[in-house]
Amino acid sequence: MTTIINNNEIIIPDFRNTPLIDQVGTEERVSRFTKRSIKNEAKEAGLSMVLSMIDLTTLEGADTQGKVKQMCYKARHLHDSVPGLPTVAAVCVYPSLVSVAKKELIGTDIKVASVATAFPAGQTPLKVKIADTQFAIDQGADEVDMVISRGRFHSGDYNYVFDEIASIKNICNDVRLKVILETGELGALDKVRRASDIAMHAGADFIKTSTGKIKPAATLPVTLIMLEAIRDYHEKTGIMVGMKPAGGISNSKLALHYLIMVKEVLGDAWLTNRWFRFGASSLANDVLKQIVKLRTGRYQSNDYFSID
Amino acid sequence: MKTKDKSESSWNLSPAPESTDHIQLKKRYEHFINGKFVKPVKGKYFATINPATEVKLAEVAEGTIEDVNKAVNAARSAYENVWSVMPALERAKYIYRIARMIQERAKEFAIIESLDGGKPIRESRDIDIPLAANHFFYHAGWADKLEYAFPNKNPQPLGVVGQIIPWNFPLLMASWKIAPALATGNTVILKPAETTPLTALKLAELIQDSGLPDGVVNIITGAGETGAAIVNHPEINKIAFTGSTQVGKIINKTVAGTQKKVTLELGGKAANIIFEDAAIDQAVEGIVNGIYFNQGHVCCAGSRLFVQESIFETVVKKLKHRLESLIVGDPLDKNTDVGAINSKEQLKTINDYIEIGKQEGALMYQSSCTLPSKGNWCKPTLFLNVSQSHTIAQEEIFGPVLAIQTFRTIEEVISKANNTPYGLSAGVWTDKGSKIFNLTHQLQAGVIWANTYNKFDPASPFGGYKESGLGREGGLHGLAAYLNLK
Repeated sequence: MTTIINNNEIIIPDFRNTPLIDQVGTEERVSRFTKRSIKNEAKEAGLSMVLSMIDLTTLEGADTQGKVKQMCYKARHLHDSVPGLPTVAAVCVYPSLVSVAKKELIGTDIKVASVATAFPAGQTPLKVKIADTQFAIDQGADEVDMVISRGRFHSGDYNYVFDEIASIKNICNDVRLKVILETGELGALDKVRRASDIAMHAGADFIKTSTGKIKPAATLPVTLIMLEAIRDYHEKTGIMVGMKPAGGISNSKLALHYLIMVKEVLGDAWLTNRWFRFGASSLANDVLKQIVKLRTGRYQSNDYFSID
Repeated sequence: MKTKDKSESSWNLSPAPESTDHIQLKKRYEHFINGKFVKPVKGKYFATINPATEVKLAEVAEGTIEDVNKAVNAARSAYENVWSVMPALERAKYIYRIARMIQERAKEFAIIESLDGGKPIRESRDIDIPLAANHFFYHAGWADKLEYAFPNKNPQPLGVVGQIIPWNFPLLMASWKIAPALATGNTVILKPAETTPLTALKLAELIQDSGLPDGVVNIITGAGETGAAIVNHPEINKIAFTGSTQVGKIINKTVAGTQKKVTLELGGKAANIIFEDAAIDQAVEGIVNGIYFNQGHVCCAGSRLFVQESIFETVVKKLKHRLESLIVGDPLDKNTDVGAINSKEQLKTINDYIEIGKQEGALMYQSSCTLPSKGNWCKPTLFLNVSQSHTIAQEEIFGPVLAIQTFRTIEEVISKANNTPYGLSAGVWTDKGSKIFNLTHQLQAGVIWANTYNKFDPASPFGGYKESGLGREGGLHGLAAYLNLK
């Protein structure tokens, strides 16, 4: 449990009074990130960094052992014809497939992340969520991606949301906890900020935008608000929290703009896969295509990049 | 988890300079009079310098009274024989054509603007040039609708207008001046600033290509004396000036007692006011945009920041953090946020004020960026511990220097915001709508932005209270300034 202890006082803010956000101003700031021109060495280093930050994800009702094994192979061998590429950071699967992924990734640094807490809707009692999470951990998950109770959040029951996250964190021990806010259901940037603050104070190791099941998923403005929340939390407590935009980031240029945003808001310390991840299924191949273009001067067709 | 990763490395942007290969500049530019480029009568020229590299870009003609006489004759003849008798719809077509041609040549204009003036290519590309085109588009629309703009007022043009513009937004200011004058049926003599004449001269080439009748727009280059020759000329019916309050006062004295009409858009020392109930991160962005936009060479720059005392430390911390991510350097690099100071003289003025600020006991903070060794540069600067009695809170610095004060109540901040001889613009940051309306009623400023800053639109009148100017430019108010109305 992370509580913030300062001069022997426990400081948990009143979450009704989280900072206000102006949407127009936020979009204006975002437009400055997207106007950064990322070329040559910066582009190559950036693309390689993007690859190393991907949580390669499959979260379908139809997921099978076979599908997960294929994805795990891709995670280890992104594009063998280009030497020196990193692997992705993690694979992200449902709890029932954690053990399969874990076995496939033995001997690598690739983490296994499991969604839990009745992903994606989260509409079950807390004890079921705890059991779900415990199962994923017992199966060997290195990271857990939980969802918050958006219904309770909208009802203004912030203490419930806080306690629920803290309860899950309580059983996580060394397992890193990512808290999915499902920003597409929160309705306003002020609410994104509020949910971010609740999650971090309740012990989140990462805050994450979306399940990928709701549109809109990750956007630059939403991610900016979450990064600013992380910066303020770090200023206040000295604790670093990671960020994971997920869903809707499928091309390299956009991914690089996310990195620019992380750099300018949080600094270079966050530019590692310990503190920043992309939740994505199709981003990797577009990045690979750009890397091959940088090395060879030519674009290759999609058929030269495997689609596991 | 309390310490930063040891594996921390830094990821830095590679240079991304805009190519200048396709830019064609002549070695020497003459005056543009009666549709042709003509040598100055006295044969004198002066150099225009790239402030980022100190390299000479071109020579331009130095205008004298003889050149101004020629231009006035051309403008008078064009006014009487062509422009004032042409159907308004035909006038509109020419103005539209100029607007479209600016769009077509936008990239070329943007690069030359950054070369000659030192502003970042991001700004000249995304703000100056598109807005310049917009002013022509907007006013083209009015040309044949003046009767509807001013019903029963029998709108009539003034005749020949003399227009003198500053160096901070060279092409944009030329457009602010030329477009409404043409739309209302006047002919023009324009003098661009001596440090940034190139885009106006490129505009002269564009006007030549557009087929605008000879003499409708004339462009004379030169410094203060050339401007004085225009202001003093008896055959000119109106003076429109944008520049310093000091020169504005001289102009107003000169035209007093004559038939000349005058509009003046002068200096400012705007209050940018941040209340504790503002969206702080966005307000910080607004502060940065307010004072570091165009190196602070903006008459409406938010150079006096008022922060409610309860959020002072938070705002200053965030502001310092944001200053670190501003990229200062080569104006042509697409990633540059803050470019070069426009001239050696202006750099000296700014540095003198910074020195005064320090001597008067204000606490200076500058971003840690490194500056290029050659050229005119100033780090983004802010001063803490400032009061209304400090010189840096009273006088216009016209550079990237912010003076920060705190306040306690709404009444206090209104009285301090208005406690200045200027009154061009102001900014208000709060989430509370009623507070915004309260302040916009009580602040003595021509333009007040709420939860944003430095937004411009051709349809919106712009101008100042008190020593910030006379009259308005843009919108219907701006059109009226170029017409005789009954």
